[in-house]
Amino acid sequence: MSVDNFNVQTKLGQPWKRPPFIQTKLLRWTIIFGIIAYLIAAYLSVDVNWSRVYEGLERGKKFVLAFTNPDFTSRSSDIWSGMIESIIMTVTSSVVGIGISIPIALGAARNVAPLPIYLICRGIIAISRALQEIIVAILLVAIFGFGPLAGFLTLSFATIGFLSKLLAEDIESMDKVQAEAIKASGAKWTQWINYGVQPQVMPRLIGLSIYRVDINFRESAILGLVGAGGIGATLNTAFDRYEYDTAAAILLLIILIVMALEYISGIIRARVQ
Amino acid sequence: MLKLDKLVKTYKTGDQALKAVDIEIPKGQVLALIGPSGAGKSTLIRCINRLVEPTSGHVYLNDVELTCLSTSALRRERRRMGMIFQEYALIERLTVMENVLSGRLGYVGFWRSFLRKFPQSDVDEAYRLLDRVGLAEMADKRADELSGGQRQRVGICRALIQNPALLLVDEPTASLDPKTSRQIMRLICELCQERNLAAIINIHDVALAQMFVQRVVGLRFGAVQFDGPPENLTPEVLTMIYGEEDWEATIEKIEDEDEADLL
Repeated sequence: MSVDNFNVQTKLGQPWKRPPFIQTKLLRWTIIFGIIAYLIAAYLSVDVNWSRVYEGLERGKKFVLAFTNPDFTSRSSDIWSGMIESIIMTVTSSVVGIGISIPIALGAARNVAPLPIYLICRGIIAISRALQEIIVAILLVAIFGFGPLAGFLTLSFATIGFLSKLLAEDIESMDKVQAEAIKASGAKWTQWINYGVQPQVMPRLIGLSIYRVDINFRESAILGLVGAGGIGATLNTAFDRYEYDTAAAILLLIILIVMALEYISGIIRARVQ
Repeated sequence: MLKLDKLVKTYKTGDQALKAVDIEIPKGQVLALIGPSGAGKSTLIRCINRLVEPTSGHVYLNDVELTCLSTSALRRERRRMGMIFQEYALIERLTVMENVLSGRLGYVGFWRSFLRKFPQSDVDEAYRLLDRVGLAEMADKRADELSGGQRQRVGICRALIQNPALLLVDEPTASLDPKTSRQIMRLICELCQERNLAAIINIHDVALAQMFVQRVVGLRFGAVQFDGPPENLTPEVLTMIYGEEDWEATIEKIEDEDEADLL
């Protein structure tokens, strides 16, 4: 049953090896050595000032030791209001971001949307993903001034890029035949989405949404550093005043909340499978 | 009732899936479409309800020409064509009831379907159909909890609740075991008889087709090679449709099985 010029006799008694990914031997070894040489050169180019590191260790130690004695009380009202602000930013931006993401995700799925809409929605996603949160926050703080409004808008904007892209990919990889069956019954487009598409992508949508709430909370702690409100602003102030014990208290609270969110998301994701 | 007139489908790749197919089906006739893989059976069925757009030719359903209908008119006509799929194509994460009721989507508005507030008559009919196929107590189960045979029966209910004039059936038994396959084929054919429905059934299993249908159409390379009653499927005809092979065993097998059924 074999091809004419293939003689199986020449192969018998020979060991078998998987054909290499790059066929040309010379090219293969050039690439491997090139990568190794680059890595060595790259590491050598990193300039470490060891005496500076030695001095810094002392400060690092103070920082770490502050965690053994976090100060929740002396700035408690600042921490409390910063935390509330962060939580409000997280919830509002997640709801608005997810709400906007869903139609954009539908538009960005090639098997659901026509080409012009697809291109527009993909464009929106590309812009949202290209602009890093901090950069957007700096811009929005410049426009809207210091405070949580800029943070809320930044996080909503970032949520769109994240959620739309991943949801659109899930829509594109859905089972086509299930959706076809709904179409064959004479359903309208909206009904087709509701019955044929939505049930298939729902677990992913819920999982991604919870994950995004988690990210938004962590981001809200960072955005304060550029003046966009939230617990990050309190944290920044604490660092500026070298109040490492208060900073440690804030960081511990952030870690606690993120872990709680992680735990809750695990439970919810297990339930929606 | 259904008339295909010189139906042609050429895919973008240049593959000619259908070459001027003419078929006419009277009311109440069940037709089996046989042929090798890639002969265009699935394409033919999908060209009728335009899940695949035919390249040229005409399809008449009760004198309505389907190939040139607007989107909304096509939607109305699709309600008259129930479709049953190879891998059941149930919405896995919805309940059995929602799956059956999804057959009524062409008749109810968006908000009613979105809120799952279907008219009482639809719900009653869904229960009646589920009871007819023996699954009434499964109504609130999720579709992915059912076995293959049960899922296909839900698929049949979904097609029938459309109150169709025609059933398009795409390999209904391809993923089922031999016994369930027969039960499903028998069920489809019984229901067609009860409701005087015409049906086109794509099927791989020639023996199974011969057991249940009144008419067989053989397709090869997108053209009709045979059209006649199942008794006329001789080894020569099967060779013409599928190519050279020893067909005696296939044909003998059905006779054996028929006897076994009688015993």
